[in-house]
Amino acid sequence: MVTASFLSDPDLIRVLYLVAFALFIFGLRLLNHPRSARRGNIVAGVGMAIAVVATLLYDFVGDYLLIAIGIAIGTAVGVPAARSVKMTAMPQMVALFNGVGGGAVALISFVEYRESLSLGGNPELETLIPILFAAIVGSISFWGSNIAFGKLQEVLPGRPIQLPGQQFINIALLAVAIGCAVAIAVGTESQLLFLVILVAAAALGNMFVLPIGGADMPVVISLLNAFTGLSAAAAGMALDNVALIVGGMLVGASGTILTTQMAEAMNRSVLSVLAGGFGGVTVVGGTGDDGEAKPVRSTDASDVAIQLAYASKVVVAPGYGMAVAQAQHTVRELADELEKRGVRVDYAIHPVAGRMPGHMNVLLAEADVPYDHLKEMDEINPEFPQTDVALVIGANDVTNPAARENEGSPIYGMPILDVDKAAQVIVLKRSMNTGFAGIDNPLFYNENTALLFGDAKESVAAVLSEVKAL
Amino acid sequence: MDLLTELTILVLAAFVGFEVISKVPNTLHTPLMSATNAIHGIVLLGGLLLIGEATGFLDELLLVIAIAFGTINVVGGFLVTDRMLHMFKRRPEPREPSAEEPAAKESA
Repeated sequence: MVTASFLSDPDLIRVLYLVAFALFIFGLRLLNHPRSARRGNIVAGVGMAIAVVATLLYDFVGDYLLIAIGIAIGTAVGVPAARSVKMTAMPQMVALFNGVGGGAVALISFVEYRESLSLGGNPELETLIPILFAAIVGSISFWGSNIAFGKLQEVLPGRPIQLPGQQFINIALLAVAIGCAVAIAVGTESQLLFLVILVAAAALGNMFVLPIGGADMPVVISLLNAFTGLSAAAAGMALDNVALIVGGMLVGASGTILTTQMAEAMNRSVLSVLAGGFGGVTVVGGTGDDGEAKPVRSTDASDVAIQLAYASKVVVAPGYGMAVAQAQHTVRELADELEKRGVRVDYAIHPVAGRMPGHMNVLLAEADVPYDHLKEMDEINPEFPQTDVALVIGANDVTNPAARENEGSPIYGMPILDVDKAAQVIVLKRSMNTGFAGIDNPLFYNENTALLFGDAKESVAAVLSEVKAL
Repeated sequence: MDLLTELTILVLAAFVGFEVISKVPNTLHTPLMSATNAIHGIVLLGGLLLIGEATGFLDELLLVIAIAFGTINVVGGFLVTDRMLHMFKRRPEPREPSAEEPAAKESA
């Protein structure tokens, strides 16, 4: 029994927690560079394993059978999901993992409240307030993430869904949740009130993500990630557990930074993203339907092949359309073929291209594109005037010059990729439909722009075989 | 632990979070988000702490669900990040486009 009591010594557990924090922080640091990033993730994972084992050592932690059941179920669901998810479906996977985290927080806060009621009433305020906070934010995060998942998976329509009086309903729901929380905090002992809080926050989570359009998803996912982190930290305050406080807060802080960076990349405040309806309410300077009024120049694969093969510098600007068409591998093959002919091929990555931060980088990495060919917006924009051909694949809003020129445009002021400054622009597009934001793109009508219509993967494959035949 | 100690830890952790993350390049935003996503799965510990003293079927059921949720978050999050980062390469030695058939990988 001597060893047993040594192992469940709270000081030992705290030391193990400390080791875990050091590993989390060191792991996150290693994630700063592509070369060390993979190691960083493993280091953070080891930290997590240590934190879990340390917690199991507490002598009041029991019911190992139930714990084993929970962990077994989680592993049985999580491992296959993580193994089999396609890289193009990564945003919805992250949303889902984030959601279950938020759900766990909400459940834990509810049980903690029930426990303290059964022990004789409301806990002290320094425990109660974090519980209430965790309940509200965890529930918002769970339901918000599920809606985000539904939109990305296209179970729900990706376009903004607006209800009349949306803002008013949201504020009312938040008021209900906070009102009930205050009622409990001032002394009401009621499980029912607590349930009302959870339900109101759940409704708010649904309502606040529904009106947000697909193009704003990177901001939303990153914000929900921060929310879950903050709620986990609050749960830690409630449970007097340092590991939860530190782990949750690290994520809360880093998620907040990432969210702000994403919003800045769209020249919008986080609040205006949350207000929803990017271009869904008022579309100025563009019609929602196809732009057949204005002439566009369409081209064919053999023409594109000739332009690319005889260029000296080609920049590929990929967008969500490339992900949808699964075209990343074919794009890389085309780039390889061009590089064999001495053409320099780079990729211009807009910070919010795709549906989550860095989405394009992951897809192109999957296709074995070396990351030093992926250029960030600020790095590549000065190079467009010296670029012979800019190849836009399934990107729309992030290349829209209206953001620079048309003050009436809803995306005016958003930093864009200056593809229109290249000598030639070739846009691969499925049809003349406007982008997710529903905003017309003047780029398509420029004199130096040619459009190649069709599925991105098939178009690129056709161009590739034409290049090979040259 | 008293409230002030907890608040101190909270604030310091926030600053560490800001510092560690602010310099991450765009290239790594997705893996970074996915890794931090896995870290907040630490809420799993909350389930572990409570379940030993939980009484009644409902509480135990809710906590088993919470533990399962937390585990999905942790295990799935770290695995998926690892898969992603595995693909980030600098420059493969002289590239052989046809040597690796990408279509096969995609369906894997």
